Parts: sequence; C-alpha cells; structure tokens
Amino acid sequence: MSRATSYLSNGQDWTFELLTDYDRAIRQIAVDEFGLDCYPNQIEVIASEQMLDAYASVGLPISYHHWSFGKAFISHEQSYRRGAQGLAYEIVINSDPCIAYLMEENSLPMQALVIAHACYGHNSFFKGNYLFRQWTDADAIVDYMVFARNYVAECEERFGIGAVEAMLDACHALQEFGVSRYHRPAPLSAADELLRQREREEGARQRHDELWRTVPAAADVDDAVAPRVFPEEPEENILYFVEKNSPSLAPWQRELVRIVRKLAQYFYPQGQTKVMNEGWATFWHYTILNRLYDKRQVDDGFMLEVLASHTNVVAQRGFDERGYGGINPYALGFAMFTDIRRICEAPTDEDREWFPTIAGSDWRETLDTAMRQYKDESFINQFLSPKLIRDFRLFAIGDDAARPFLEVDSIHNEAGYRRVRRLLSTQYDRDGLMPDIEVVRFDRDRSRSLTLRHRQHRGKPLGSEGKKVLWHLQRLWGFDVKLESVDENGEVVSVASAGSGGPST
Amino acid sequence: MSVIIDRRLNERNKSAGNRARFMRRYKKQIRRAVSERIGERSIRDMATGGEVEIPAGDISEPRWRHGEGGEREIVLPGNREFESGDRLKRPQGQGDGGGSGDGGEGDGDEDNFTFALSRDEFMEIFFDDLELPHLLRTEAGDITEPAYERAGYTRDGAPVNLSVVRTMQQALGRRIALSGAARRRVAELERLRASDGAEDVDAGNAVRHGVTGTLESAVVDGRVGTGDADETDGATRDEATMIELEALRSRIARVPFLDEIDLRYRHRVQVPKPVSRAVMFCLMDVSASMDEHRKDLAKRFFTLLYLFLSRKYERVEIVFIRHTDDAEEVDEGTFFHDRKTGGTVVLSALTLMHEIMQERFPKDSWNIYGAQASDGDAFGVDPERSRVFLEESLIPGLRHFAYIEVCERPERHRSTLSSAYARIDDERFAMREVNERRDIYPVFRELFTARAKRVPA
Repeated sequence: MSRATSYLSNGQDWTFELLTDYDRAIRQIAVDEFGLDCYPNQIEVIASEQMLDAYASVGLPISYHHWSFGKAFISHEQSYRRGAQGLAYEIVINSDPCIAYLMEENSLPMQALVIAHACYGHNSFFKGNYLFRQWTDADAIVDYMVFARNYVAECEERFGIGAVEAMLDACHALQEFGVSRYHRPAPLSAADELLRQREREEGARQRHDELWRTVPAAADVDDAVAPRVFPEEPEENILYFVEKNSPSLAPWQRELVRIVRKLAQYFYPQGQTKVMNEGWATFWHYTILNRLYDKRQVDDGFMLEVLASHTNVVAQRGFDERGYGGINPYALGFAMFTDIRRICEAPTDEDREWFPTIAGSDWRETLDTAMRQYKDESFINQFLSPKLIRDFRLFAIGDDAARPFLEVDSIHNEAGYRRVRRLLSTQYDRDGLMPDIEVVRFDRDRSRSLTLRHRQHRGKPLGSEGKKVLWHLQRLWGFDVKLESVDENGEVVSVASAGSGGPST
Repeated sequence: MSVIIDRRLNERNKSAGNRARFMRRYKKQIRRAVSERIGERSIRDMATGGEVEIPAGDISEPRWRHGEGGEREIVLPGNREFESGDRLKRPQGQGDGGGSGDGGEGDGDEDNFTFALSRDEFMEIFFDDLELPHLLRTEAGDITEPAYERAGYTRDGAPVNLSVVRTMQQALGRRIALSGAARRRVAELERLRASDGAEDVDAGNAVRHGVTGTLESAVVDGRVGTGDADETDGATRDEATMIELEALRSRIARVPFLDEIDLRYRHRVQVPKPVSRAVMFCLMDVSASMDEHRKDLAKRFFTLLYLFLSRKYERVEIVFIRHTDDAEEVDEGTFFHDRKTGGTVVLSALTLMHEIMQERFPKDSWNIYGAQASDGDAFGVDPERSRVFLEESLIPGLRHFAYIEVCERPERHRSTLSSAYARIDDERFAMREVNERRDIYPVFRELFTARAKRVPA
C-alpha cells in the first residue's frame, strides 16, 4: 500500500465522517494495542458560546441556577471577548457514558488530539483511578444533576428565589468542607458479621486467664453525671454534620445542603488528581497520535500541528519568567508518566537505585498501577525521579513569618532530591491548601451552640474571609457558632464567633 | 463504541438564567455603577449599553483559606543560581505567587469586576424599571417633506434610470415569444434529418449482411428494396427540408437581440414623508446657583429626552446652549462640566436659540424640540420678556418646549421665571419642577402624556 492512500484525511476541516474515522483509529490504538479500559464515549460537538455555558456550570452539562455561575459566566465571557483568554479545546465529564465536548472551531488535527486526550485519556483515568471509583458514581451523576436542578427550581417557586439563594450561598461557602475524605467501610453482610463475632470470641477464649478475675475492680465511674459530649468524634464533613444535626433547618433546606455536599464530593477526586489526570491524558494523546503517525495514518502536516499544540500545553515556565502561573499540572504529569516509561524501558543506574521495583518492568503495567492506585500527593512522593527534579530545576524555599528573610531550603542536588520531592508532594496535599477545621461540640442540651476547631497548620492563621464563612455557617445552623483556633500543641490561640450582623449581600 | 452527536444547534443561552440571577442579586451595585457611568457618558452614547464595573469585594464568595503567616515551604521550578542555605529578601507586597495553589485570596480582590450590559439592560436600569417604549405613540402631526420612493418600472425614463436586468429580461422574453415556434421547427427538422441519415447507415449495413449472410436472405432482400425506395424519395424531401430550414433560420436571425420596446426604467414617485430628523435644543442656566446636583438632574432630563427622540427619529441633533447673562453655544463637555460666573438673563438663550433655528434648522424640514433647565432665578423684566419671546417667536416653530425647574426650595413659592412661564397657554409648552432624581422620570412622562391626551381631543 502506498503512503498516501493510508492517510485518514488530508486538510484542516473536519466532518462527522472524519471524526468517526479518527475515533475508530484512535480507539484501535488506545484500547486494542495499549489496553486502556474506558467507559463508552459520547462525543458532542458544540459551538464556542456553548463552551462558555459549560464553563460556567463547572463543566457539568446541567446544573441548578445560582448567581455565582452567572458571575463565572460573565467573567469568562468578558475575558474571552477581549481575547485575554482562549477557550479550552474540550471539556470532559466523569460520567458513564463519558461525555466529551469538542469545539466546533477546532481544526481536524485538534479534534483528533482532543479525542485521544479526553475520550481515551481522561476517560480511562476516570474509570480506573481509585479516588474516582470510591467517590463518584459515573453512571448516576447526570441524573442526579437533573434532579438537583429541578429540586432547586421547585424550591425557588415555593420559597422564593431569595431564600434559596441564601441557603445556596451559605452552602457554597462551606462546600470544601462538605467532603468526607475517608471511606466508610461498607456495611458488613450478615455472614461477615457472624464470622467477625466468632473470631472475637475465639480470641477472647485464647487470651482467657483465670488470674485476671482476682484483680479488684475499679470503682464505677458515674456515667450519668458526666456531660455527654456530642459528637463523640470530631466531624470533618461540616455540611454533613449540618445536614444531619442542624436544629433549625427545614427539610427542603436540608436537601439543598445535601445537593451541594454531594456535588462537592463528586468534584473532590478531581482536585486531588489534577497532575495525574492531566498528565495521564496528555501522555496518552501524545503516545496515541505518535502511533497513528508511525502507522502512517496521518501526514506530516497533521503531526506538526498536533506537536505545536502539545508543546504549548506542556510548557513549564521558570518561577521568575513572565507568565509563570505555578507548576503546570500538564507539564509535570506528562513528564512523570513519560519518565516512568523511560525508567521501565531504559533504566539508568540512578533509576535502579531509586526505583528498584519498577526499573526494567513492563511499562504498561507499571503505568496502569500508578494511574489506579495513587493521587497527586502520593504519586509525586512515589514516582518523582531525581532526573525530573533536575530537568525542572525544582527548588524549595522556606518561608517562616517569624523570620525577616526567605531561605532556600533545598535544591535539585544529591542532598536535596528526597526533601524537594517530599515538599512538592505535600504541596498537593489537602492540608497544605485547606485549613483543618472540624466540628467538635454541639451543645444539644442547652444553648444548641456549635463549636468548631481549627487546628493551625504550622502556625498559619485563618484567612481574612473566615468570619464571613462563619456567618454563613451560623445561618445554616440557626444558633451560635464558635470557631476556636488551636496551635499544634492543642492550645487555644483565638476564638471567633459569628456574632450579630450579617454578611453584606 | 463512541457516539458522536452534533449539539451545535442546541440552545446556546443556557447561562442566561444564571446571569439574570447575578444581575438581580447585585442590582444595587449595578445601579450605582450605571449612575456613575451616566455621569461620565455623553448623552449620545447613553443608549448603547456597555461595560460597568462593580467592586469585586462586594461580590466575592468567601471561603476558608490559610491566611498569611506561619511557616511553609514552596517548591518552584526553574532554579538558576540558588544553593541551599541562600537567604533572600522577602518580596514586598507578597501576592500568592508561589505554587501553593490557586490563591483564592488576594487574587484580584482589588480589581473591579467588569461586565457588559446590553443596551436593553442598561436602559432598564437607567429608567429604573419603568417602561418608556410607547410613550409618544400618540404624538401626531409630524412635519412632512416630499421624498422619492421606488414604484416599479416604466417604459420610459431617463437613461440613468435604465434597469439593465429588467430590460434584458424583457428582451429575452420577446425573443422567445417571436422565435420560439421557428426554433422548435428547426430542431424538429434537424432531428428528422439526423434519423434519416441513421436509417441510411442501417440500410447500408443490411446490404452487407445480405451479401454475406445465407439465412433469411428473402427478408434481407426485401429490406434492401425498401431502403432503396426511401433513398430516392429522401433526396427530394431533404431538399425541401433544407429550404425550410434556411427560411426558418433567417426568420430567427431577423428577431433583434434588443429592441426599443424592451427598455425598462426604474420608476420613482414622490410621496410625502415624515421628516426623520430632529434637533433638540438644550438650554441651561449655568450661573453660580446651578450646582452639580442640579446639573445632574438637568442632564438626566436631557438624556431622557434624547433617548426618547432617538427612538422616534432617525437622526437627532443636539444643540447645547448655556447662558448666564449672555448665551453661547457650546459642546457637551463644556455644557455640563465647565463653570462660568455671571448673572442670569434667560432671554439671551432664547434669542440665540431662535437665531440658530433660523440659520441652520428651518422649521419645515426639522422637528425642533426645546428643553430648558434652570433654577428659575431671573430678575427684573427678563422673565416677562422671555415669556413673550418664547410664546410669540419661538414656540410657533417648535414641536415641543419643556421647561423644568431644578430647585430645592422647601417653601412652595414660585420662582420668578416659572410664574412668568405659567401664563403661557400653548399645548406645545409644558413645565414642571424637579427636586430629586426620582422625580425626573415621572415628570418626563407627565410632560408628554399630558400633551398626548390633549391632541386627540
């Protein structure tokens, strides 16, 4: 077969037939050759205005109405119209089937890139990564959003737009604290329960010692007098606690709290896997399209356009360069997955020392494991190689408010690799981003007040908007709300209460 | 397997509901921003909608975040010269430049939130939810002037009005009509001739078959015979056909490509049309007693009038005349923002307006509107003479004249000017007092509805 006849297309313009052809070719490589496990795809072609709409509803195809989405829409629209911001080439939704939006304006090579990136990269990540598996119901999310939208609309009709808006404002202020981070074990089945009980009895029987019976019993503690503290264990999911225990919320309000909480939980894995998710998708679009080129299904011009765009996506600027906007998750993630493949295929002595278990192993299996079982924090801690630290020229700066200067903590050298890696990994940890705040006490019997505890993370106080958020919480709770900040030793540093007045609207 | 769906035709304005909620929630701020805008804007630009800014602090969504202070480490890419242990000066005005997340705080908090209002939204806020549209539908008796209008085609006219397309259509139609039958006949004859020729060839083939063939020779012979008969007969017929063809062709050729009767000209007729031009005279007293507040009230009134006129007329000119003890024509910026000291002579402005009208805006081709704003202080014979001049010289040439008095006198006694004007009895004249911003619109409506009622009566 001659070279020219095997090309899927030539030229820039896409048609639906061509999209289907490319999708088939890409699928063949992604699924049949590299064994990616994906949800079925639903690819939707939309216009740029629709993309702006999709932005505003945080990427979901449908959402309830709220002014903050309007605000987001206006600001995206404004900066798009002024040319300050381009639009993303795609948006992909963690759902089953996996919905991906393609922009009408993209050229054919871009559409192919987006299909490889979103419909096979992100898609397989959504399906495989443990956080998504644990926390999101891919097949239920769209239905749930339909429910949420209708429910909110119904509430607006019955209780007024203002009342619903006040509730949603309050919930949105707390939505990052509407997330459970640790999976509750699934309820045991009766058979398991029986087995567990037997084991416990057996253990007790084996440890039985007649001597213990001779030890005099301690005087009974008076249970009745000691005030019962509620909740017994601090609760980190504040919205959950409010939903279940607020003394003042009406049922519809509780349901709104629940909707916001569910959404926050749905988005929680995305925040925890930004580097991995984007890195994975970028690695795969790069690998798949190169394979397409090697199979001579696309021509040079196609590949050049793909590479130009790919290079833009994975550019990482230095901290002191113009346009530096933090570490680019696409760049870091792509580099890490590429690097893992390199370590598997052509390990150096350094790699053998640092990664004895994966050096020389099968790269597809190793990558798959990494994708399934890690989140950003652990992924970086596990797989960031000294070579990458050198390539990115990563260095850490210590910033202690008590000292008048900054100090360079460690750099990309033999002595610093491990520390830079650990510091970078903690940078992706939730504790580094979000203050640690829990519900510690609900005075059920008397004032019905709620006490929260903010455990300061290395001496960092709460940001200046803290009080406003507290106000929103008080609105949800209906009674006094107090927030005590404690330092690392557990000593109370400051106490804030919402007080009277209210957030200005 | 993947499904590819075209959603481009789906509804595009999904976010409209959210946007409307945003507008609803921040109405107060937006209204404030709009009124600031009105201050800076020229009257002419008022109707275009446009960008407004509201302070970002007002619309922030609070979140719990780490504040400044404490210890932290930041990992950054692109090290060039640092070694561990190097000490650096803490950068001033520390933005959250590090990699510690998207910096929810301090991130654009100082910036204002800018967004664009459509024309209608802007107007709605400007008019404070009141409805302007059909205010002056009842306004009758426009000035007319003759205008030419297209009215189909005629057979005669000036060469400049020749419609080539129409003419060619006519020519084509005529040619078809005159030569169509002849052409049909020509085509028919030619077809006949062609099939005759084909038959000849067939016959020839048959002869050759007959010579070589052994079977069915009788039939073949028979055919050869008829073939011969046809041929001799055909020769004479052919000749006749040729003659007829010749005649037909010359007949077709005699039909001219273009004839005089084909010519068509664009036809124009004169119809009386309402004049779609208007000029609006803004007269304002700018003596020291007119402070910013009063000027703002006046500006709003003028703006309303302008918006109103620009809905009605295609083109609206504005003439700004300010006066103290003498009047001058100025541009808008000077009109609203420049100060000038002096006494007050109202008449000077009215005479200047009259002069300008005579000079540039003849009353039979312009709709002329006048609007005067003043605090009403006038002295001596000025108010009375102004009234006489207005009533006798000016108003007859006007469509309408509105006088608003921007005043803040608590006691309800009339100013000298308004008590003089009060004696004007003409349906084209109206006057009102305005104290507060919120008075403007009702007054405006009153001025015009009052008139609207009177006209049909």
